[in-house]
Amino acid sequence: MRELLGDIDRWKSQGKRVALARVVDTEGSGPRETGAAMAVNEDGDVIGSVSGGCVESAVVGEALAILNGEQSARVVTFGYSDNEAFAVGLTCGGTIHLFIQPLEW
Amino acid sequence: MTVYTTLATRIRANQPVALATVIDGPHVGLTLLMSPEGILGGTLGDAELDRVVARDAVGELEAGRTGIRHYGPQGESTPEDLVDTPTVRVFVESFSPPPRMWIFGAVDFTAALAKVAKVLGYHVTVCDAREVFATRRRFPMADDVIVSWPAALFEKEGQVLGPRDAVCILTHDPKFDVPAIQGALRTTVGYVGVMGSRKTHAKRLERLTEVGITDPSDLARLLSPIGLDLGARTPEETAIAICAEIIARRTGRLATSLSATNGPIH
Repeated sequence: MRELLGDIDRWKSQGKRVALARVVDTEGSGPRETGAAMAVNEDGDVIGSVSGGCVESAVVGEALAILNGEQSARVVTFGYSDNEAFAVGLTCGGTIHLFIQPLEW
Repeated sequence: MTVYTTLATRIRANQPVALATVIDGPHVGLTLLMSPEGILGGTLGDAELDRVVARDAVGELEAGRTGIRHYGPQGESTPEDLVDTPTVRVFVESFSPPPRMWIFGAVDFTAALAKVAKVLGYHVTVCDAREVFATRRRFPMADDVIVSWPAALFEKEGQVLGPRDAVCILTHDPKFDVPAIQGALRTTVGYVGVMGSRKTHAKRLERLTEVGITDPSDLARLLSPIGLDLGARTPEETAIAICAEIIARRTGRLATSLSATNGPIH
């Protein structure tokens, strides 16, 4: 989060809407720790990361859908071991749970 | 000030702060911001839930823990209370100030170690009693460069060191490293590494005995020779060996190659 603050501030000062995705839980082998975060603005610009690059592009799609109001803030799971999991997996075989929401607080 | 602005301000000022977010339940997305002293702003949608989460977050913040906690809609938290109650899942994220590394001795190894420690997110302090060596110009990567005797620095600021922090003593000079060891052992610092050959360490143990440091549990805290056995030679390699030892001590791992073992890798 710390490393995202500068860009988020800049985006906010430009009046851009921002979605925040944070790792809230991991199971098995996960490349990033709980609390790892990325942010996406309404133009699709991205900062930060939540995995080793495996799921970031899928997260951008989710984040934009939430910013556009097509989806509401929610927990999204990536990985192989969960039936609800997205098609996108992690190469390490672990599972990560992300909470994605508009940064409106 | 919004929750975000207050959060950003505190993170930048290295002040501890915890952010709670409802990730499942009646008010998904609501946030509550807390310091060790109490609530700073926001709400999770119920005053009682706010109160209970704030109480719990103080402990999480103290331990630097981040994770999901489960409550009832009005903050119920005992297993009996949670039966037949819809659960609110709250993600509590702790933002603690960066861990500290104090490096004693302004030598070549110090510059390399300070560099690697910065990469790992440490707040790095370099301390040496010799004014000509302990200069900002020689250690631009350090957060603080202090000209002082170790005892004086520990006396003044030793209480800030805790289990997440590290003290690395690289001086090789008994009149400097004995007091640095004495100072470090009086704190709860998590890692105390002391540079020197096995021979130097044996001699140092004699000097420590002379000043009354004989408690086996104290001596067991000293890691000397410092660092993991990587065959490191240069200052930079040694810095990696030291930092790798700090990580391995924290995680309690044996630090062999993962390819030689079968267990989980994290």
